[in-house]
Parts: sequence; structure tokens; C-alpha cells
Amino acid sequence: MKRSLNTMTIAATFALAMPALAAPTMAAGLLDQVKARGSVSCGSNGQLPGFGLPDAQGNWTGFDVDYCRAIAAAIFNDPTKVKFVALTAKDRFTALQSGDVDVLIRNTTWSSSRDSQLGLNAAGTNYYDGQGFIVRQSIKVNSALELNDASICVQQGTTTELNLADYFRANKMKLKSVAFAQLDEALKAYDSGRCDAFTADASALYSVRIKFSKPEEHVVLPEIISKEPLSSFVRHGDDQWFDVVKWVLFGMLNAEEYNVNKANLDEQMKSENPDIKRLLGTEGSYGEQLGLTKDWVYRIVKHVGNYGEVFERNLGPSSPLKVTRGLNALWTKGGIQIAPPVR
Amino acid sequence: MTVTSAEDMVFVQRVPAKVLPPPVTQVGAIGWARTNLFSSIRSTVLTFFTAGVLVWIAVPIIQFLLIDAVWSAKDPTACLPREGHEVGACWAFIHERIGYFTYGSYPPAERWRVNLFFLLLAFGSGLMLWLDAPRRGLGAVYFFVVLPVVSYILLSGWPLIGLPRVETDLWGGMLVTIVVATVGIVVSLPIGILLALGRQSNMLAVRFLSITFIEFVRGVPLITVLFMASVMLPLFVPPEFSPDKLLRALVGMVIFAAAYQAEVVRAGLEGIPQGQIEAAKALGLRYWRLNSSIVLPQALRITIPNIVNSFIALFKDTSLVFFVGIFDFLKTIEVARLDPKWSGPNTSLTGYAFAAIVYFFCCYLMASYAESVERRLGRADRR
Repeated sequence: MKRSLNTMTIAATFALAMPALAAPTMAAGLLDQVKARGSVSCGSNGQLPGFGLPDAQGNWTGFDVDYCRAIAAAIFNDPTKVKFVALTAKDRFTALQSGDVDVLIRNTTWSSSRDSQLGLNAAGTNYYDGQGFIVRQSIKVNSALELNDASICVQQGTTTELNLADYFRANKMKLKSVAFAQLDEALKAYDSGRCDAFTADASALYSVRIKFSKPEEHVVLPEIISKEPLSSFVRHGDDQWFDVVKWVLFGMLNAEEYNVNKANLDEQMKSENPDIKRLLGTEGSYGEQLGLTKDWVYRIVKHVGNYGEVFERNLGPSSPLKVTRGLNALWTKGGIQIAPPVR
Repeated sequence: MTVTSAEDMVFVQRVPAKVLPPPVTQVGAIGWARTNLFSSIRSTVLTFFTAGVLVWIAVPIIQFLLIDAVWSAKDPTACLPREGHEVGACWAFIHERIGYFTYGSYPPAERWRVNLFFLLLAFGSGLMLWLDAPRRGLGAVYFFVVLPVVSYILLSGWPLIGLPRVETDLWGGMLVTIVVATVGIVVSLPIGILLALGRQSNMLAVRFLSITFIEFVRGVPLITVLFMASVMLPLFVPPEFSPDKLLRALVGMVIFAAAYQAEVVRAGLEGIPQGQIEAAKALGLRYWRLNSSIVLPQALRITIPNIVNSFIALFKDTSLVFFVGIFDFLKTIEVARLDPKWSGPNTSLTGYAFAAIVYFFCCYLMASYAESVERRLGRADRR
């Protein structure tokens, strides 16, 4: 609490010193400020393949990045009106607290302390991650439960290592872990045959697999042994902005659920389905209630795509990472991604 | 006794003896090698040892960088090792990403502006570095007044004259490295000189302020200064007034470099004999005249190696701006190597090798120029 207290003191001092300048900024909500500024400032990860990485032209691409672009599309009808700020794991929360960024979408796990003590709100979980295993196809293992007595390469001193021990103890299996100080060393050891399996966050497993000398000989096992809901974060104290960030994700999920995508968007605008009518704003004024426009979901899908399209493009089979939907499939398709209805 | 002519004296040589070349073992390559490489047993052993080490290091490097290298490829799989075929450096990766390394995220349609900036800067530096250039005064005006204004308009844009705005968060790569290094070098030296003079001033307030500034800035790491500038500043200033991110980093760099430059220049100032200053005062020279005509020209000449030394350090320090989320040259390489599209085992190595080559080239240029200036200005000392 200390940090935010200091921030308050500084802000208060400033408000006293420059009342004329500071007053209007205190009054206007962040959504209005963003609209006036003409761009969303989005704290993101600049070096995680699949989630946030500049391409050959220097354009930011990735799953988290597209969430930022969807927010810009909903507000401005223009997905390029985003200012990306590359943040490290260390300074991401400071940047959000100090107002340097409007929203933090940087593969950040939602946990109780981050949601409360840091003065932030987790707005929406765009990716359910968790710790997983990768093994060589040749050892013919189809489940993590068959890893009894197998040697497992892991990075030392991480929660990954603790989760691994917990999992093996809980399932009464014998663990032979081989720990390395650096993730790279652990990876090299596995690739050269020192261990039977390698464990890390599942999303990372896919991006490391393509670095192996023969990627096609390795499979990621279906078990996920820890939960890491990666979410977007906003500051405490601005509920309207919180709603916007939250509902942009829900809009994308609903669009996928009702099969509204880039290709059939204009067709769906004529749909008679009341759910789709409400979603696309041909009926009711649900977008305006959020402080956006009626056609907010139309804008998102037109410029960025629905949740499934974004997943497919950045992480799915048509990307080099080839991540399966797993937990991130819609609730109607065996996953846990579910969005409240627009009504 | 008969007088005989010289012709009769058969033992007198009349034609000069033929000049023989020195033995082959004493001159040329062999002679040089004998005196320098194999003059004694110890020297011979050392020679073979050094040659062995060189071969041991150089052969794999050349093998990797040149012989096994993939020079160009249509698709990234060419850089992946295949059965029975070693693959070295993946230059095709550098080739595809060179635009990103040079301009960062600068919009491709506007990149000609960056090229023009590079040209103008090269022209200006050429003028400044060419010591015999005609009309150096005009050159200085161009470099210190025209160039900064034109570059600013060119790079960040001015919609009124048809140049769309390009926010600095899109700048990156070599562009950022060069902008930060140039601004750091050009702005920090004058400030450093003023601080050095201030530190020796008779006026208590000036001296105290200079000493405080120098000691405070030198006492904290550069990363801390950059971090303060980029993360803490927005806490004190409302968002609308908080300066641009690149500007914040620039100010941090300049402040830092100026403090170091001040100490370098002070070393030169201390090296000027007190007698010269007293003599100049006796001639009636006032403070600024005394410093600009007598003290500084000599002091700066003595300190050129140190000044350039800190310039080189500053050039390499520019890579620290990535801590505040700015993608400089090195950072663009670090990021690009992560791209799954180029996920070959040698992509990272190639990227770092390329960075090393570029940094070495730039720093070596600076060092060579400094050496030539030093030789030229030091001519008087050697007479």
C-alpha cells in the first residue's frame, strides 16, 4: 500500500501546486482522456513469440498485441491507434501504476496480491496458461501420469520446480528431476538427450519446441499441472475504463461463439438472431452504455477478428507455434473461455 | 725503379666490386621473421604458440561466418541444419531484417526521411571532421544550428509542409542508436566544459553547484538515471505534460555524459601551467578570453584521447535505453532473433556476430579519427 500512498501524496501535492492544470485531468475518466489523446497506450511484451513481437517491418504482432488493437478498434475504429510500450516483467506494474500505460496486457498471471495490493484490477483472462511437459515421441508416453521414474529437466528455483515436486508427490510417483540454473541450459540438456522430459509453462513449451534440432519428434503432453490465467490489467479507481477493457475481450469471445468472423461479418449484420443483433448493435444500445459506439463489436471483428481468429493467427496451427486450443476453447467446445452475454 | 702505370698494377681493382644483395636470411620476409619471430628459442616457442592459438580461434570463426554461412535464402528453412550438412551463420536472416535493424518500426513509406537524415548527418560530420575545410565557420553553423532543426522536422514530421508525424515510439534500430549517441556527444561536451570551468571558478555558488551536479550524477548508475527519467517522471507530472519517452532518455544520457566529460576536461585544465594563466592576466585578458584563447585550446588538446574514450563508451552505452522500452540497434537484433519464423540454431549467434561487427566498425572509426587528430595537433610537441 505504501507505493500507492506515495503516489497519492505526490498527486495531491501537484494538485495543490497547479490546481488549474491538474483539476481537469483528475475529473475526466481515462476513456475520455484516451479519446482526446487519440491513442491507447498499451504496456506489452516485446519479445515473446506468439504474444508480442515486432515483425520484419517493425509492426507489433501477437496474441496480447491483438487484444490492444481490439481496444483501439472499438474506440477509434482504427487498430493502429495504439502506442505500444515494451515492458519488462520487473517494471510492468510500475508503468501501469504511474499512468505511463493505460492498460497492461503482457502475459501477466492474475493473482490475489496483484489484484488487490498492487492497486490493479485484472480485467479479463485472454489466455489460460499452466505448466506442462514436453517429451520425445520415441519414449511412447501419452500422459504425464506415465512419467513415473522418468528424468525431467527443469529450471532451478522457480515455481515450476515446486509445482513439479507437488505434482509427483500428489500422484505418488517417483521424481528424478534434473535442475539447471538457466532455462536455456535445461532446454539444451533435454534436447541433447540428458532427460526424458522437459517442463515449463505450456505456452513457452510450444515456442521452445521449434528451437529443437528436430521439432517434429517432440510432443507436448495434455496435462497442465498449475494454473496461470494470463490477464489484462488496469488501475483501480476508473470503473468505466475497467468495463471497456473487460468487454472488448468478452465481445471477441461472444463473436466467436455466435460465429461472427471477418469473412461473414456483413452477412451477420443482417442476421435475425437476437443475440447477434444485440452483439453487433443492430438492436439496442449496449455499446453506448459502455461509453463506446453501437457497432463496437463490428469494429473489433472487422479490424482484428474474433477470439478464435486471433488465436488461430498468432498461436494456432497456421502460426509457427502450433498451440492447441485446450483450456482456451470456448465453453461450448470443452474449454473454459466463457463470456457473459451482451444484453 | 721503373714507374709503372696503374694499368700494369694488376692487383689494383679498377672497377668497383659488384654490390651483392645481403644474404636472403637477413632481409625481406625471412630476415624479418628471423629477427622478430625466431630470434631465440623462447621467441620461437612463443611464435608457434601464438600462431597455434590464432589458428585454433580463427579457423572455426571463418568456417562459421563465411564458409558454412547461408548468404541468401527465400525461406528460413535454408538455415536449418540438414542431415550431413553443416550450417553456419544465417546471413539471410540479417538480410531480411536489415530494414528493422536500421529503422525500427518507422513506417516503411517514410523511411526515405531517415535515409536523408543519415546523409545530412554524414555530410555535417564530414565537414566538421575535415580540419582544412574551407569556411569551417559555415560548417559549424550547419552542424550545430541547421542540422538539428532540419533533422527534428524531418524525423518527427511537420504536417504543414506535408511530412506526416512519426511518433518517437516508432523509432528504433540504428536510427535511435545514432540519434542518442550524436545528441549525447554533441550536447554533453559543451556542458561538460562549462561544468569543468565552473568547478574551478572563484564564485562559490557556481563552484558548489558544479561540484554537486558532477558528484551526484557520477555517484549513480546510468540505468538508475534512465529509470528515474522514464518511470518516476510520470508520477510527478500529469500525463499531458510528461515529455516524450525518447526525449526523457536523451536528457538522462546527456546529463550523465556531461558529468563524466566535465571531469575529463578538468584533467586538461589542471595540466595548464599556472604561469600561462598569470601571463595572460598580465596582458589584460578577461576570463572568457583567457579561457577561450589560452587555456581551453591547450587543455582540450591534451584530453582528446580521453574525450574520445568517453564518446566510444557513450556510443556503446546507448544500448542501455532498451531498459526504458526503446528499441535501439542491439535490442532490435535481440528481439528479431526470437521470431519463430527464423528459429534455426544459429540465428542468435548470427545476430550477435552482426552486432559485434557493426559496433566494432563504428568504434574503430571514432578511434582512428581521434588518433589522426591527435597526431596532427601533437605535431608541435614533437618538434
